Amino acid sequence: MDALNIFIKAAFIDNMILAYFLGMCSYLAVSKSVKTALGLGVAVVFVLAFTAPVNWIVTNKILAEGAIIEGISFDFLGLIIYISVIAGLVQFLEMFIEKVSPSLYSALGIFLPLITVNCAILGATLFIVAREYNFVEATAFGIGSGVGWMLAIVALAAIREKLRTANVPAPLQGLGIAFIITGLMGIAFMSLLGLNPGTYFG
Amino acid sequence: MAFIDTFQKLEPDKKKSPFLHTAYDAFFTFFFKPNATTVGKGTHIRDAMDLKRTMVHVVLAMQLCFVFGAYNIGQQHFTALGIHTGLVEALHLKLIFGIMQILPIFIVSNVVGLGIEFYFAAKKGHAVEEGYLVTGALIPAIMPPDVPLWMLALSIIFAVVLGKECFGGTGMNILNVALLARAFIFFAYPTEISGDLPWVAGLDLEKGVAAYSWTHTLFNPIFSSFGWSTFAEGAPIVQGWSGATPLGIAPLEGWAKYNVNGELIGGVTNTYSPVQMFVGGIPGCIAETCKPAIILGGIFLMITGVASWRIMISMALGVALTGMLFNAWGFNPYMEVPWYQHFNMGGLLFALVFMATDPVTASGTNVGKWIYGFSIGFLGLVIRVMNPAYAEGWMLAILFMNVFAPLVDYYVIQNNISKRLKRKQNVATV
Repeated sequence: MDALNIFIKAAFIDNMILAYFLGMCSYLAVSKSVKTALGLGVAVVFVLAFTAPVNWIVTNKILAEGAIIEGISFDFLGLIIYISVIAGLVQFLEMFIEKVSPSLYSALGIFLPLITVNCAILGATLFIVAREYNFVEATAFGIGSGVGWMLAIVALAAIREKLRTANVPAPLQGLGIAFIITGLMGIAFMSLLGLNPGTYFG
Repeated sequence: MAFIDTFQKLEPDKKKSPFLHTAYDAFFTFFFKPNATTVGKGTHIRDAMDLKRTMVHVVLAMQLCFVFGAYNIGQQHFTALGIHTGLVEALHLKLIFGIMQILPIFIVSNVVGLGIEFYFAAKKGHAVEEGYLVTGALIPAIMPPDVPLWMLALSIIFAVVLGKECFGGTGMNILNVALLARAFIFFAYPTEISGDLPWVAGLDLEKGVAAYSWTHTLFNPIFSSFGWSTFAEGAPIVQGWSGATPLGIAPLEGWAKYNVNGELIGGVTNTYSPVQMFVGGIPGCIAETCKPAIILGGIFLMITGVASWRIMISMALGVALTGMLFNAWGFNPYMEVPWYQHFNMGGLLFALVFMATDPVTASGTNVGKWIYGFSIGFLGLVIRVMNPAYAEGWMLAILFMNVFAPLVDYYVIQNNISKRLKRKQNVATV
């Protein structure tokens, strides 16, 4: 039940974008249509679902003190190894999407390889390390933050599609209004702040 | 000479003073039916029910709530003081006190909001958009009676500029403007709008006495000349008065708490009877307490077709089903509150009739409206009962679903498109 609790918290309450403002660049750039936003969202969920457990294994079975050589900790290699794990998985995902759906591949363009440097993904790994989750919790947290990220980007894309006919003042068109919408979405998402599913399902 | 002719002579020049012209235009179209017609090619629609009349219908539907709200502000104030506690006792004092509380809020709300509207209309060279008529009436309805006026003005500036004008004005906003203004105060100055104390006006809580600032100096001579009772400045608050609302009691003690002998010792019903809560004699926001007035307003809006009955019914359904689920679960005393009594507490009904049905921020498709309303009902009750951070959930639930309404619409429309394509293929193959 702890895993479910962490999943709900990561997806709805401590949302990666709307509570921590992580992963903003692709969030703002690929949210012009719902279809591509959903594609990127699924890609991020996929990457997070694999990097979170893999990085958990790396942290606790390879880098931790005494895991390989008695008395020596490889913690200082953490950031480099996390990023290479993420980069490898994204490379794999890119090949996979190109094979399965060339249209989505071309729509996502440069932002697919850029998932590598999407701060939400490295952020999730660092949260897992800092909060000392176990393996199942780490996986749940990875999937949960991915789902939360996807929800936010798809909602923003739908709003931006609706606003296509709106008479937005010239200086605010494009990114400006997207930032304002994100702020307002943050206010709306505060509705679940403070909710602790653990008290009810624990 | 008719009044309209004199009025038309006042029309300022559009080029020389655009601001005055937009102001004139706004009042002209408010009082009279505009005689402008579409020029050139295009569709011609002739309908007396234009945007301005639609908005006025909503404001009309709210009037009973405000009348009772004015009375109730006085009633709650005197209940706290322990004088004139009878229902119709000293009615003039209660009404005057309530009106003197509501009037400044109403004036600030409309002057600030309409000022922004006029300014932006003049900037854009448009006629004034009517959207603020409803917002200007909704904002006073959902404020505590003692809200500081500068705070109110600040929240309205935030909501109207960032929530509406940035998006291109009336009809384009994503979040409900009135709720955004309230959410601004709620998160920026939480002590002014949550907890037990802000819902009763005219009390100096540090000294524990009644404080009228200047209302009593103005009205006491008038009332005493008629031989009526007068305001008692500095009257002490009753011992043991807490001002707790039903929603403040329910999380702690539940609906009704009995001791071993079966005597009522706590819970909501120990302080407020269900009938009292239904009629509205409880502390709360200005216009949210009187349920019969809200229901009448809701029926009026349904009959005139201004508000969507689909949203109202689906939201009520969402609340009822979630409430029954909580009753069956029964995790803590709050979940054992009978599901139908949830309609009796807090701002549920007001949110259901006037807030969720806002046609701009709600889903546009019919299927979408069912999903939208049901989700608000579910989410709002979850926040109310399960989230210890907030006592009431409707403002936040509606804002949350406002964000997702375009997405709901998108998928409903996509679903329709694929369904019709399939139908077409079936016809072609037959």
